[in-house]
Amino acid sequence: MSLSQGVTETVINSEKTVKRKNIKKDRWVPYLFILPSFLIILGFLFYPIATVFYYSVQHYDVSAPYYNGFAGLENFKEIFTNDKMFIPSLINSLKWVVTEVGLQLVFGMILALLLNQTFKFRGLVRAVAFIPWAISGVLASTMWSLMFNEHMGVLNDLLMKLGIIDEPQAFLASTSTAFTSVIIAELWRGIPFFAITLLASLSSIPNELYEAAKVDGASRWKSFIYVTLPQLKNTIVLTTLLRVVWEFNNVDLLFNLTGGGPAHSTTTLTMYIADLAVHGSNFGYGSALTVVSFGILLVFAILYLKLSRYEKE
Amino acid sequence: MLTANKKVDKLLTLYLPLTMLLSFTIFPIYWTINTAFKPEGDIIKRPLQYLPVNPTTENFVTAWTNVGFATFFKNSLIVGVSTVLVVLICSTLSGYALSRYQFKGKRSFMIMLLCTQFIPRAMMIIPLFVIFKNLGLISNPLSLIITYTAIEIPFTTILMSGFISNVPKELEEAAMIDGCSKLQSLRHVVFPLLLPGIVATGVFTFIYTWNEFLIALMLTNQQSKFTLPVGLSTMLGEFSINYGALAAGSVIALIPAVILFAYAQKHLVNGMGGAVKG
Repeated sequence: MSLSQGVTETVINSEKTVKRKNIKKDRWVPYLFILPSFLIILGFLFYPIATVFYYSVQHYDVSAPYYNGFAGLENFKEIFTNDKMFIPSLINSLKWVVTEVGLQLVFGMILALLLNQTFKFRGLVRAVAFIPWAISGVLASTMWSLMFNEHMGVLNDLLMKLGIIDEPQAFLASTSTAFTSVIIAELWRGIPFFAITLLASLSSIPNELYEAAKVDGASRWKSFIYVTLPQLKNTIVLTTLLRVVWEFNNVDLLFNLTGGGPAHSTTTLTMYIADLAVHGSNFGYGSALTVVSFGILLVFAILYLKLSRYEKE
Repeated sequence: MLTANKKVDKLLTLYLPLTMLLSFTIFPIYWTINTAFKPEGDIIKRPLQYLPVNPTTENFVTAWTNVGFATFFKNSLIVGVSTVLVVLICSTLSGYALSRYQFKGKRSFMIMLLCTQFIPRAMMIIPLFVIFKNLGLISNPLSLIITYTAIEIPFTTILMSGFISNVPKELEEAAMIDGCSKLQSLRHVVFPLLLPGIVATGVFTFIYTWNEFLIALMLTNQQSKFTLPVGLSTMLGEFSINYGALAAGSVIALIPAVILFAYAQKHLVNGMGGAVKG
């Protein structure tokens, strides 16, 4: 993990360089140095999160302020008993996260394995292959909407030329194709993340391991299964976990390509919350939904790390 | 024979799949650029033009002046550059403290940084809106600069403390023995060695602010204050979309991100990969 590793490293480093003198004199210096960061994080990360929990037990509707006040668990009761959007959006979230992370991992792995080989212009090819990482969700949305478009979209043109479809389709407006379309666009943007992280780990696997496998007569596939995968395990566990959290919360493409439609077929739980926050006014209810989704992620993260026996052999 | 086999093997296991994946990566970018240079009438004309027959820059003029991309670009630039400056100052200071000092509460501070990485960003949009509404900072670039700084600082602090730890402390001490003050040794010895790390940290922060959408959407309600993602999104949501201008606007938003990324991507593979390594 980025931070945990950094943390241990820094602790070791600074223990090495314990001050010899001046300890008394500049004891306040490190506190002064971390003060700005500490205050900003406290005020604009932790405080907002704390207020989400507070709002979740409040009636808090900016369009109906006369009704505001303590609500107890009413918002939560409403979610689990009355909200017709909750379960379908949760299922959509599950579909969204599982397909996205699964496909991104597979294609990211393939890309990393390819880019780890030696060939001409490798540096340039790597740079080009990673470009989507730097492209925003909104930009990816505009680009892919130009591809999916019914009237001028190149995808329709290509599929018709190949004889797969007979007439132009409105991919983003049909319940049967909208979800898949957004999945493809997000996949495009997500492959580089896995390719980058896996490539870094791949290049650190000692070559001797492969040579030993070769001596033992292992095929390329076998040495991938028995050498590469075990060496990458911790990276894979960690990157997939980070990506699950990230994709669960990511609505940029859903928001811009389909807006959660048609007929809510692409409304994930986070999309539902974002829609309530941006277009609605019932912040108490939105906060309660946020707390529920946070709980779901937390339980998932704990189970995942336990079950995958992260950092254990 | 053997070399021929090897060539076929390399074609099947390297060049062919690589070409396919790269085409998938490049195609949407190519299509956007292609659309941006077509006159409005040609965009929906069939057969589709895979290269502009009558290339024009009118879409760029429309996007830049009529749609307001000049303003969006300026707003994104203001937010991006300011955030980068604040983030660099804060995270260099806190990174220096973490890397060079031993102090009480250091561990707690680090755990606090760690915890922030698991906070879902989408969770923050409602409270942030309320906070900045109360502060009277809705549609004010300050609200975005503060929020982005808060979101970026934990990661950049750890990043910077790593870079600082790579600068040998002995160098700093040697400079001080030679008569430099603490500040002078920082400026003349540590800073130059630290510069590549500072640039990389700055670039990643800038790309993040350049691309962030949901928070910017939530905290901005005047078109004159839109950042590029919010501007693009609004355009995409309009009833009758001017596709040429949309494509041109996309290209305008694309260029700075790609140039900076091309410059810093080596650090990305080393930094991000190294950071995530278990």
